[in-house]
Amino acid sequence: MDVALRIKGLQKTYDNGFKALKGIDLEVKRGDFFALLGPNGAGKSTTLGIVTSLVNRTSGSVSVFGHDIVTEPTDAKLCMGIVPQEFNFNAFEKVQDILVTQAGYYGIKRGMALERSAHYLKQLGLWEKRNDPARQLSGGMKRRLMIARALVHDPKLLILDEPTAGVDIELRRSMWEFLQNINAAGTTIILTTHYLEEAESLCRNIAIIDKGEIIQNSSMKSLLAQLNMETFIFDLEVGLSEAPKLKGFVSRLKDSHTLEIDVLKSEGLNDVFEQLNRDQIKVLSMRNKANRLEELFVSLVENQKGSAAP
Amino acid sequence: MNTQIIWTAFLTIVIKEVRRFSRIWVQTLVPPAITMTLYFIIFGNLVGSRIGEMGGFDYMQYIVPGLIMMSIITNSYGNVVSSFFGTKFQRNIEELLVAPVPNFVILAGYVIGGVVRGLMVGAIVTLLSLFFTDLSVSHPLVTIAIVFLTAVVFALGGFINAVYANTFDDISIIPTFVLTPLTYLGGVFYSISLLPEFWQWVSQLNPILYMVNTFRYGILGVSDIDIGFAFGMIILFIVVLSAFSLHLLKIGKGIRS
Repeated sequence: MDVALRIKGLQKTYDNGFKALKGIDLEVKRGDFFALLGPNGAGKSTTLGIVTSLVNRTSGSVSVFGHDIVTEPTDAKLCMGIVPQEFNFNAFEKVQDILVTQAGYYGIKRGMALERSAHYLKQLGLWEKRNDPARQLSGGMKRRLMIARALVHDPKLLILDEPTAGVDIELRRSMWEFLQNINAAGTTIILTTHYLEEAESLCRNIAIIDKGEIIQNSSMKSLLAQLNMETFIFDLEVGLSEAPKLKGFVSRLKDSHTLEIDVLKSEGLNDVFEQLNRDQIKVLSMRNKANRLEELFVSLVENQKGSAAP
Repeated sequence: MNTQIIWTAFLTIVIKEVRRFSRIWVQTLVPPAITMTLYFIIFGNLVGSRIGEMGGFDYMQYIVPGLIMMSIITNSYGNVVSSFFGTKFQRNIEELLVAPVPNFVILAGYVIGGVVRGLMVGAIVTLLSLFFTDLSVSHPLVTIAIVFLTAVVFALGGFINAVYANTFDDISIIPTFVLTPLTYLGGVFYSISLLPEFWQWVSQLNPILYMVNTFRYGILGVSDIDIGFAFGMIILFIVVLSAFSLHLLKIGKGIRS
């Protein structure tokens, strides 16, 4: 079975009449590192909630490694581990007890559960905290605890709903490395995140959902190839009173020492530097104005808004 | 589904539940011991010595089975209602819902957790009662069966209460306004033969009367009601409440959106 997750015509209408999902189709291949992105309230968490049995679907079907979540829930659930957006463990339980209990729910006996919990607690840097009540952990540790809990039954598919929200950069990067390692070891990963840099760094394929519909579903590479212009920010040594006139480029002065220049992907930066040199403008440093994926994301969501407007 | 997975999941829930109420033993095991000791001293010794005999026994001997049953009822109910509601409130019910645990295992795990606490408190109260009176068991099988089945009925009641509860107030309304009055009016402190005929008939509509009297029959060998009917009624309660609880889990009432 090469498909880890298959969603067909999935719809969800809540009791108050709100249509959270309007018939989405999605396929995630085995071994993929897949990003599901969308603005707040787009339907990401509802989709994952239905996949993991926390939300009742209105119609449509979901199968995990070929097991329908309604007709074969046991087999489907055995394949999945979920890291939810919000902390949902018993804050009064000890860290290792949380993992051992979760393993028990998957039929793993205590001896094996203790071994596996020790393995993941050590890998995620929580071993020293194993006998502490979970409420005493820092925010980052709580996030890692939820990842360890999701992995304790060795799922083939790991679903992470904003796993690095509120986590500092250093820890975020170590979590990325951990996730890349388990993906390399064969675990399929589906990720939702608001850090688009995270999705761009980690994921090979991507779907963007907005207002309950999939508006983009492709490989990260082909999505980024759609980007035909990037904006660069140049920090200048000497302040300017107005933006220089650069042939073929649009430039703006953000403040006297900061220059923004739009560069078409086909043009490259050499010509920009030549013209800046010609005008004796010395550049101290340069960076992308925004993450590339972020620019695309914003434009896709804006287009969707435009097309939905009356 | 593999029976080993089901059994391990069931044991995991029960162990988690026992660990929970054991961890907070000052809140769960000590209060009923203190309350029942006060009942023994005040109603059994001080007031009871002036009442004399009831049903052919010392008043203290007469009320001990009722008080034991009262503590079993309130604790088996209270354990499940507070634990399952707390699990919902903290959202760690999601740990169970995403796992391959069938609904009947979730229900059985929580109910047996409540039964264990009910029986543990019952045992503590029974031991304390021995400081005040001699206790012999007339019908051991009836005693064991009625204690277990009663604990199951009220654990199921606690589960349904927790499913419907949205706030902490909702988990105290039924115990305060329904369970406590029914227990006090269920023949814990008196024989319904003392009541006028009309009130005897009204009392017979109270299911707790049957449980208290069947337990009293098991201990003392006397009862105001038909034991066979009592067992039939309790089993019917268990079947109906279990079916309803499973239905609530299936539709995800209060736990799935």
